[in-house]
Amino acid sequence: MNSQMKLSRRTFIRTMAGAGGGLVLGFYLPGATAAVVAPKPWTTPTDGTEINAWLTIDLDGTVTVRVPHTEQGQGALTSVSMMIAEELDVAWNKVQAVFADMNRHVNHGQEYIVTTTHGSQLVRLQHPHIMQAGASARERLKAAAAASWAINPSQVIAKQGVLSAGSRSADYSEFVTAAAEISLAEEPTIKTPDQWWLLGTPTPRLEVPVKVNGSAAYCIDTQLDGMVYAAVKCCPVPWGKLKSFDFDAVKDRAGIVTAIEFKATDGDTATWDMQNGVAVVADTWYRAKTALDLMPIEWDFGPNAGVSNATQAAEAQRLFNVEGDLSNEVGANPIPMIEASEQVIRAEYHRPYETHARMEPINATVSVTDERIDVWSPTQDQAAPIRYVSEQLNRDPKEIYVNTAFLGGAFGGNGGGATAVTKQAAEISNQLRRPVKVIWSREEDITHDKQRPPVYTQLQAALSVNGLPEAFFSRAVWFSHEGVESHGPATADEAIGNMPYQVPNRRHERHNSAAHIPTATHRAPGVNQNGFIIEQFADEMALAGGWDPLEWRLQMTKGLEPWQRVLLKLKEISGFTTDLPKGEGMGIAIINDHGSICGACATVTVSQRGQLNLEKLQIVINSGYLINELNASEQLEGAACWELSHALYGGLNFSNGQFTNTNFDTYNLMRMPQAPEIETHFALSQDGWWGGMGEPGGPPSPAAVANAIFFATGKRIRSTPLSKHDLSWS
Amino acid sequence: MAFSLSINGTVYEIDAEPETPLLWVLRDNVGLTGTKFGCGIAQCGVCTVHLDGQPIRSCITPASGAVGREITTIEGLSEDSSHPVQQAWIENSVPQCGYCQSGQIMSAAALLSRTAEPTDNEIDAAMAGNLCRCGTYPRIRKAINRAVDIMQNSKASL
Repeated sequence: MNSQMKLSRRTFIRTMAGAGGGLVLGFYLPGATAAVVAPKPWTTPTDGTEINAWLTIDLDGTVTVRVPHTEQGQGALTSVSMMIAEELDVAWNKVQAVFADMNRHVNHGQEYIVTTTHGSQLVRLQHPHIMQAGASARERLKAAAAASWAINPSQVIAKQGVLSAGSRSADYSEFVTAAAEISLAEEPTIKTPDQWWLLGTPTPRLEVPVKVNGSAAYCIDTQLDGMVYAAVKCCPVPWGKLKSFDFDAVKDRAGIVTAIEFKATDGDTATWDMQNGVAVVADTWYRAKTALDLMPIEWDFGPNAGVSNATQAAEAQRLFNVEGDLSNEVGANPIPMIEASEQVIRAEYHRPYETHARMEPINATVSVTDERIDVWSPTQDQAAPIRYVSEQLNRDPKEIYVNTAFLGGAFGGNGGGATAVTKQAAEISNQLRRPVKVIWSREEDITHDKQRPPVYTQLQAALSVNGLPEAFFSRAVWFSHEGVESHGPATADEAIGNMPYQVPNRRHERHNSAAHIPTATHRAPGVNQNGFIIEQFADEMALAGGWDPLEWRLQMTKGLEPWQRVLLKLKEISGFTTDLPKGEGMGIAIINDHGSICGACATVTVSQRGQLNLEKLQIVINSGYLINELNASEQLEGAACWELSHALYGGLNFSNGQFTNTNFDTYNLMRMPQAPEIETHFALSQDGWWGGMGEPGGPPSPAAVANAIFFATGKRIRSTPLSKHDLSWS
Repeated sequence: MAFSLSINGTVYEIDAEPETPLLWVLRDNVGLTGTKFGCGIAQCGVCTVHLDGQPIRSCITPASGAVGREITTIEGLSEDSSHPVQQAWIENSVPQCGYCQSGQIMSAAALLSRTAEPTDNEIDAAMAGNLCRCGTYPRIRKAINRAVDIMQNSKASL
């Protein structure tokens, strides 16, 4: 049945902005009506009574957990809620999650302690204070009940939302108000894993239902009364200048409002800033983007217009002959030993620039008024915009509110252009005094992402009589933005400088060569690049010494329990063998990333004409502990596909100081036909340490595939994308 | 210039240039934001909707080309997430960030409406135009096969 409906754009916007409450998510219940989420200016959820900043309890026993982290699909809403519910001891189906108020966090003593979501850290590093918030609330409830019942708090049992002592019992909700006033003489300690009842159980993520019907609200879905849209273009060669633009040529087009120039801050090129560029503002984004494309713009590309893949490769070759900064050194200097040895292996590896390319193009909405500023930003730290918008517009942080929406991907710290686009929107809204949504085209998104830095690495090893390496030397050349240290050594050294292989004499050096391309963290920063390198070179060393790659790794990590556990599990589940017909291959790799040890076994076939088929990928992880196997499996599968995408298909083409493959027709990524079957397995030490889960599935996967390709074809592929190499064999 | 579009069973009067891509009319004129913008050149599939039941990339389809035809978006696939593809997506915990999933679901639903029991190759062909950066492909494949079961079971129980 059709109904007739006339809808003006303005009417619709008012309807949207007035609809719904804050983001409220029910627990997973098949068939249940999923909560509709709509972005709106932030107000602290007021339902229920607050015991502490982390949670409220309603009269009906519903517990609302306030999550200070963004949800980018990594399961923050669910993980934080599980940790609170574990300690509070409430039935999981009574728990819902909302995004916490960042204005309150920033202006009230950072009460959520950590709000960022980078570094696979949420569970492994933050579980103590999150669980403590739940435990503290539970003990306050017990103390409140004890005071009312005139007994000792130790006599009160708190279980599944009910307080009881002997014949007396009451729902948590009865004592919430009193509990909020309680000050404990001593804060409780958190549970040990043997006491868990909820953590450790496979639990579907809370927000899955709103992500299958279009109702999940992302930054880009923000609609505000009176909002205008901006399309932007910044100099294709980063830090180049805007010479001129001819707004007169497009200003009379329908819906065009204005054009606004952005200026990069001089001397501040190493921070997260806007590039020099221009925005066209209109009443719809399509009109703004069309006018921007038609508007004549002249650029001064500046001194970096000659830089390319080729100039960087030449610079890397030069620096291979120059001593670099020392990353790590064990035993004697390996270089003379390698020079004197009769059995030496040498290899050079390369990984190119890669980009985040979140499926949600970089965008932000900002509304600046005299009273307050509202921000919708695609950042992984929702507190950050309060600080930098305050600085940018010289406004009191108390007046700035961040409205947390789902992120359509994230994949690395504050990477991408989250800060730049938020500052652009703040600038425009401040000038126009009306809400503005800035959306980067995909080309702008890839051009002005903070890219993953490229690396060239030279490795050498000398083998002893037993075929094992006695000396190892590596020298890496990275092209990070301005050679900044903050993104330099940690990234450059991961997985190689701290490799587990007990070579008695080894040295790793790195150059952080300055480049004008802004670079930043990118899911498993450094480890993804270096994992591909060191875990293939490990196979090269093993095979040169006559060792089976799996037995070599077991030998070289002897005594390192977390590694042995993963390798033995990998051996058990994969049946790894090098004895396969030509055209078939299995490959293994193992990496320490974000505190977890993660191994992978890839099974491939390669046709004689060189067609690669990735049949299966088996992943084993040791993260110490595990709170949600279902979510963990999703993260491992996702991280593996992520990095296989770059290793097999990605690679930014870089010439004339700029990137030339800036949309998905030319920046190729894994698609459904190329996706392997993926198995995930857990081999947990459970002996006092915690590892991360969001990133470690990536680093070992491409190396495992490349090692498998070697066994299938006899070809060692030392640079990516693999798809650009001829894999044919005869 | 005004024209009419029939979207999810409702007729809307649209005030936009007729060459405006259907995507932007859906999102900015009508307010159906479940359909996403990803690339603008029909290479990522996050903007997939059905036009008379066929999956199309709304980012390159002029709105004028949809006049007189029935447009179905993710919001119109079912009223209560009860479409077998949506059920299978929830059961298999497919979405991570979720941004591409409207397009994935619309492509999968279109596939199953024309091919009741797709082979792996048919799934590959139908889904190759839909990118996912979170790497949910293995789960999408499982969920499509699960949706086939759900559809067959519901037929069998009729």
